[in-house]
Amino acid sequence: MIYWKLFYTFFKIGLFNFGGGYAMISFIQNEVVIKNNWLTNGQFADIVAVSQVTPGPVGINMATYTGYAAAGDVWGAVVATTAVCLPAFVLLLWLGKFLFKYQHTSRMKGIFAGLRPAVIGLIAAAALGLCNAANFTGFKSVLFFLVAFGLVWTRKAGPIAVLLLSACGGFLMY
Amino acid sequence: MKFFLLFFVFAKIGLFTLGGGYAMLPLMEQELVDKRPWLSRAEFLDIVAVAQAAPGIFAMNMAVLAGYRRGRVWGSFCASLGAALAPFLIILLLAVFLNSYQNNPAVIRIFKGVRPAVVALIAVPVFRLAREAGIGWKTIWISILSAGLVWLLHVSPVYIVLGAGLGGYVWAARSKI
Repeated sequence: MIYWKLFYTFFKIGLFNFGGGYAMISFIQNEVVIKNNWLTNGQFADIVAVSQVTPGPVGINMATYTGYAAAGDVWGAVVATTAVCLPAFVLLLWLGKFLFKYQHTSRMKGIFAGLRPAVIGLIAAAALGLCNAANFTGFKSVLFFLVAFGLVWTRKAGPIAVLLLSACGGFLMY
Repeated sequence: MKFFLLFFVFAKIGLFTLGGGYAMLPLMEQELVDKRPWLSRAEFLDIVAVAQAAPGIFAMNMAVLAGYRRGRVWGSFCASLGAALAPFLIILLLAVFLNSYQNNPAVIRIFKGVRPAVVALIAVPVFRLAREAGIGWKTIWISILSAGLVWLLHVSPVYIVLGAGLGGYVWAARSKI
């Protein structure tokens, strides 16, 4: 039964996915293309590209598209998307409960005193990792970066306005 | 009303998440800390840490934790439903109606502009959160070390989060004696 297989496969993907969307791509490829033949390699590459230019987490985009393609209807997409979200949902509920209960104890404060600077480093690493040739194609890209940074930093524009502005800018300037 | 608002705020966040979960940090900060008194900035940073260390999709993890803080289990449910809705509908429409819009020249031009802006959206919270979290000369080495390990040596963030949490716990336990 295709719905059960979709559920089982994407539940597993959701459960063992550490380190964010891009880390899970090869895992999904193994399950969806090699093991189950739900998508061809070409289709898989297409959906990775589509994920980059559509809103939303890569994991959800992958699940929705594969579910639709494998089952041939909307229910396949619903089942796969629910399944990929479910393990983290249950785990995070439990973690959240624990976190907010012990938030004010000194041990928990110590843990977060260590975590806060580390997390800032992790975000910096994500930004540095994206400073590559795919995202920065030339002088104009640097200009887009600087204008966006300046607008958000000075709170002259919100992130949504900046994204829409850079989309218009890209359309007009390239 | 509270639950509808949670759903609505995270649907908005989900709709504008381009280029991965980190790019939506400024938007989340704006919606959850600046515009509404839902989380303090320190709590926001704590949630980011937990959402990073846990398995699953970063954006969804953030929705579950922030939703829980605001409205317990139903809050988590409404927030994560909101976060997943826009991406789900858009991919479904694309899967049903068109197949190769990413080769469309207009789309390519638009994304040439958007991509560097996304990098800026991730860079801003680094400096803003560092200021708000009171990162000084005593703690900044932790940030630099973490960034270097992940960026240059490709260490998994899971180990960074576990290591920093454990270090903080030991530090708190020892300084109490």
